[in-house]
Amino acid sequence: MRVDVTVNGERRVADDVWEGESLLFLLRERLGLPGSKNACEQGECGSCTVYLDGVPVCSCLVAAGQAHDREVRTVEGLADGERLDPVQEAFIEAGAVQCGFCTPGLVVAAHDLLARVPHPGDPEIREALAGNLCRCTGYEKILDAVRLAASKR
Amino acid sequence: MDFLRPDSLAEALALKAQRPDAVPIAGGTDVMVELNFDHRRPAALLDLTRVEDLRTWDVDGDSVRVGAGVPYTRIIEELGDRLPGLAMASRTVGSPQIRNRGTVGGNLGAASPAGDAHPVLLVADAVVEVASTRGTRRIAATDFYLGVKHNALEPDELITSVRLPAARAPQQFAKVGTRNAMVIAVCSFAVALHPEQRRVGAAVGSAAPTPLRASAAEEFLSGELTATGQWESPRPLLDSVKRRFGELVAEAASPIDDVRGSAAYRKHALSVLARRTLGWAWQDYPGKVA
Ligand SMILES: Cc1cc2nc3c(=O)[nH]c(=O)nc-3n(C[C@H](O)[C@H](O)[C@H](O)COP(=O)(O)OP(=O)(O)OC[C@H]3O[C@@H](n4cnc5c(N)ncnc54)[C@H](O)[C@@H]3O)c2cc1C
Ligand code: FES
Ligand code: FES
Repeated sequence: MRVDVTVNGERRVADDVWEGESLLFLLRERLGLPGSKNACEQGECGSCTVYLDGVPVCSCLVAAGQAHDREVRTVEGLADGERLDPVQEAFIEAGAVQCGFCTPGLVVAAHDLLARVPHPGDPEIREALAGNLCRCTGYEKILDAVRLAASKR
Repeated sequence: MDFLRPDSLAEALALKAQRPDAVPIAGGTDVMVELNFDHRRPAALLDLTRVEDLRTWDVDGDSVRVGAGVPYTRIIEELGDRLPGLAMASRTVGSPQIRNRGTVGGNLGAASPAGDAHPVLLVADAVVEVASTRGTRRIAATDFYLGVKHNALEPDELITSVRLPAARAPQQFAKVGTRNAMVIAVCSFAVALHPEQRRVGAAVGSAAPTPLRASAAEEFLSGELTATGQWESPRPLLDSVKRRFGELVAEAASPIDDVRGSAAYRKHALSVLARRTLGWAWQDYPGKVA
């Protein structure tokens, strides 16, 4: 089937999409956007988190066809040209990135939190990131990054 | 495989009548896991996310109609005051990403004994509305769960909404798991006070082949509160009453031993959950019969 979807502000068309495939597969394998990561394919790790019509979702659990005529924003769409989003900058500055596999999903989840709650408390940060797993950092630096991004707003 | 994309409920029902083998997909948080792992290869997917009727809620007299496709996040944000029990259960589902997509209709469709919405729907006297091109049916939640992952839906039917009386007294839900986020319940429990009927609702999840009401516990506590005049003038509940209530809740369950917990642990945990949630609900009960 054909899927017609706006990704990071640009109209994209994919043909011969398998009806049972996920939005994550569509983004990575058909539209050349490997930012969103595939780790578990079952909603457990959050590394595939993208905005779908402005709401963060696990793209591995959205059928590609469900994104037809909708708007997707991936981690690739957060930076403004060469200028990184403040959340991305804060992740670098705070040393919240090690292997980096979980980072795109965490950045999208944190970006959404700060858009809704500009100055979140620690419980709010923990709750907002509860669906994102990281095998490397122990999370402390990730919390630092979110606090740092919030302080710069 | 076909991908069917109806824009209206009428169109969705017509498609389901033509293609009873089509698997409905709402949030996809159950369906996509099965597809990604090749556990299921349906002949067709029926996408319900474009059907506006399923994605709205409204107040109809004393009751609230929640469209089957309203995600948990919206239930938490928009219905916490009217449906506190359902909102509490919704808060415990998965993670923010899962709650942004997952729906009560999908929880009912999957009919897992561990689904978090079920105990609350049972104690809040919810009615499940289902529809087909043959017409609509209203099924009491108590009659909806038929077996493990088996519900009362016919192959040509879709779940359109759940209808619950707006809460007039405290409701509570709690579940046991290894951490706060992303846990399938080891066991769960919901309690609702219905002072206008001088009745208490109690139900357990993840501790029997289906979610179920703990009828003996409901009768014991309802009788006790009525006999002692406590619906009108509540006093702190006696420990013996709370303990008996917990015991009767545990007796209602018929859990199994599995990776998440043993049957004996589940029974013990249920009696604790029952005592605690009852305590919280009773503490918030102001004592006026609505
Ligand atoms: C990481 C993760 C964590 C989870 N945590 C929890 C949890 O804590 N608690 C919990 O209860 N569940 C949990 N779940 C399971 C799932 O999120 C819930 O069951 C959710 O309610 C499913 O809703 P959905 O809209 O995503 O359903 P879908 O996956 O779209 O559908 C589920 C089933 O219902 C059917 N269906 C959907 N809508 C309708 C309809 N309107 N009419 C008829 N049939 C329909 C589908 O055909 C399918 O069989 C979790 C899932 C994941 C992946
Ligand atoms: S890959 Fe989607 S949540 Fe893990
Ligand atoms: S930095 Fe390696 S998984 Fe998070």
